[in-house]
Amino acid sequence: MEDCLAKKMEITVSEAEKRTGRNAMNIQETYTAYLIETRAVESQSEGQCAPVESLWRRYSEFELLRNYLSVTYPHIVVPPLPEKRADFVWHKLSADNMDPDFVERRRIGLENFLLRVASHPVLCQDKIFYSFLTQEGGWKEMVNETGFQLKADSRLKALNATFRVKNPDKRFTELKHYSDELQSVISHLLRVRARVADRLYGVYKVHGNYGRVFSEWSAIEKEMGDGLQSAGHHMDVYAASIDDILEEEEHYADQLKEYLFYAEALRAVCRKHELMQYDLEMAAQDLTSKKQQCEELATGTVRTFSLKGMTSKLFGQETPEQREAKIKVLEEQIQEGEEQLKSKNLEGRDFVKSAWADIERFKEQKNHDLKEALISYAVMQISMCKKGIQVWTNAKECFSKM
Amino acid sequence: DLSLPNGTPVDTSSPASSSSLLNRLQLDDDLDVETRDLFVTVDDPKKHVCTMETYITYRVTTKTTRAEFDLPEYSVRRRYQDFDWLRNKLEESQPTHLIPPLPEKFVVKGVVDRFSEEFVETRRKALDKFLKRITDHPVLSFNEHFNVFLTAKDLNAYKKQGMALLSKVGESVKYVTGGYKLRSRPLEFAAIGDYLDTFSLKLGTIDRIAQRIIKEQLEYLVELREYGPVYSTWGGLEVELSEPLEGVSACIGNCCTALEELSEDMTEDFLPVLREYILYAESMKNVLKKRDQVQAEYEAKLEAVALKKEDRPKVPTDVEKCQDRVECFNADLKADMERWQNNKRQDFRQLLMGMADKNIQYYEKVCVTFGDLAGIREVYFSLK
Repeated sequence: MEDCLAKKMEITVSEAEKRTGRNAMNIQETYTAYLIETRAVESQSEGQCAPVESLWRRYSEFELLRNYLSVTYPHIVVPPLPEKRADFVWHKLSADNMDPDFVERRRIGLENFLLRVASHPVLCQDKIFYSFLTQEGGWKEMVNETGFQLKADSRLKALNATFRVKNPDKRFTELKHYSDELQSVISHLLRVRARVADRLYGVYKVHGNYGRVFSEWSAIEKEMGDGLQSAGHHMDVYAASIDDILEEEEHYADQLKEYLFYAEALRAVCRKHELMQYDLEMAAQDLTSKKQQCEELATGTVRTFSLKGMTSKLFGQETPEQREAKIKVLEEQIQEGEEQLKSKNLEGRDFVKSAWADIERFKEQKNHDLKEALISYAVMQISMCKKGIQVWTNAKECFSKM
Repeated sequence: DLSLPNGTPVDTSSPASSSSLLNRLQLDDDLDVETRDLFVTVDDPKKHVCTMETYITYRVTTKTTRAEFDLPEYSVRRRYQDFDWLRNKLEESQPTHLIPPLPEKFVVKGVVDRFSEEFVETRRKALDKFLKRITDHPVLSFNEHFNVFLTAKDLNAYKKQGMALLSKVGESVKYVTGGYKLRSRPLEFAAIGDYLDTFSLKLGTIDRIAQRIIKEQLEYLVELREYGPVYSTWGGLEVELSEPLEGVSACIGNCCTALEELSEDMTEDFLPVLREYILYAESMKNVLKKRDQVQAEYEAKLEAVALKKEDRPKVPTDVEKCQDRVECFNADLKADMERWQNNKRQDFRQLLMGMADKNIQYYEKVCVTFGDLAGIREVYFSLK
């Protein structure tokens, strides 16, 4: 395994800053810029640290980079960006893109994206990606000059292929179904989780009311007063503890979201396969029909209905010279077609091979990451329980002194 | 942790368990375990279906060495009506004392199932508490009606006899409650009145908060019940991940069970005791009003005598009687208040510790289930 960029270079998205500027339509807008810092990793630890280089990028530039990568490497499951707008929010979370918590989580998501690309064996070698990290000015122009937009397949073309393709590789068909279901189940999970968080928040916060009433009650009591008062304080602590707990859980939700968006990347690879396969099938079909035409002309038999055939019947046969010319043209086309078909076939097979290799790599990554995420979720729950036990134990002790 | 003199530990986790009798023996200064000579328990609820009605009876068991009882042991069956009758009789015959409250009489039919296990058990605990409080009381426990309640095979026959047996108790029960205006309430009784007012208010607030928490918990539970299965669905899609996903789903399921238990416990053990004390405070305020009336009557009569300008060497006997009544009432009430304050303190200590315990148990259960999943039980145990 070659050394990927991530091993040679430290990459962080270390800061986020609010900016105002004029956009392409000369309208003033507010946006957030992110600071990307990179530093070469020295293999010898001579105590010498390479200097940190940095540049600012905004979200739209990340989007441009990703689009470029998706078009240029259609056989790769390209890592997704963090969400553009806050989704799956519960009432305390803001849906505002400018909200500092959202910006912070996005900063982490963008860093994660860069690290994913930098540790991908194929993607990390891309020059545009490298320039994104290191070249401040003129990067946009550089990307556009690659003309990648022209290579992009139109949505309509892709949809057409999906419907009409006859023999896609079964593995890709299965994978497509899997990614649809994965998308559906993770969306559902995130929606319900947000509601669960909302409710849990409510439970904790209401306990805060105990703090106040215990305090008021303690004022009229003699021996019970101190115990009540201090127990009330612990109820306040309990009510306040939910904020940190739920904030930590947002990171778990972000991990799930990444794989929700990864499902789309998987689908994109499947779509590309369907497109190529359809293209191949069309080319083969075209070749077959040309060969048939050729044969008919040569033998004089008409097996298939063709307008030309009918008109020639109506207006008289063509001269042998005319027929010879036609046959020659067709034979040339057939030869071209056969070569094209061969290369398309090869392309298709290469695509399937390399795409499936990346898909296997992705599957392993996904299983590893999600297993860790689930375990960290369990650890979060345990930590929440520990806090709960602590608070209630403290309260119980106060009550025992009443 | 509490324990009996012989060293056996005592269960303090349940707010209103029958073993609280033993708890209070340990903590109550007035009575020693050795000198206690009357034990009463309420248990064994049974449903009776008759043509006219359906109702529940409870078994009331008495063990005693008191001379006032013919036998050392009794076992009778009583229904709520009978407890209500007893309470009314006690209020009539011992108006200077604080009579413990009964659980609420009327239950909105259709909203609460009067025959559900939970309702019956909650009521049984409250009735048991009621009788134990009377048993603990140095005056009330010797009351004639209480004796009959505990011993009579046919209580209804006794009830019909009505006023005939009042003579044995010897106290005049007819206190005039006719509009005498009180001049000045002694400070200590004013203070008790104020205290009870604020006390009821605070308990009411706590009741509302507790109800709100239960409501929020149940709404949380609804969402959890949808949440868990989604992990399971996902597990069905996966190969390597299906085990951890199913695991999380199962954990959440266990959370649901634990949460249900917590909410049930709060509803059945915590709220009823709160409400009992609010009722207690209400009835105590009524006793305070009666005391005010007795004092007002005395003051009025005294003033009437003073205005008569006759040269009487001593105060007429009926005015003297009034003075006695006032002093008796004040003394009884003071003693009962002190006893009440002590018991209240223990009851609330137990109630609130119980609430804390229930929450601790909930978190422990959730901790264990997630700990097993993550394979890190030690993380949880390191707490202890």
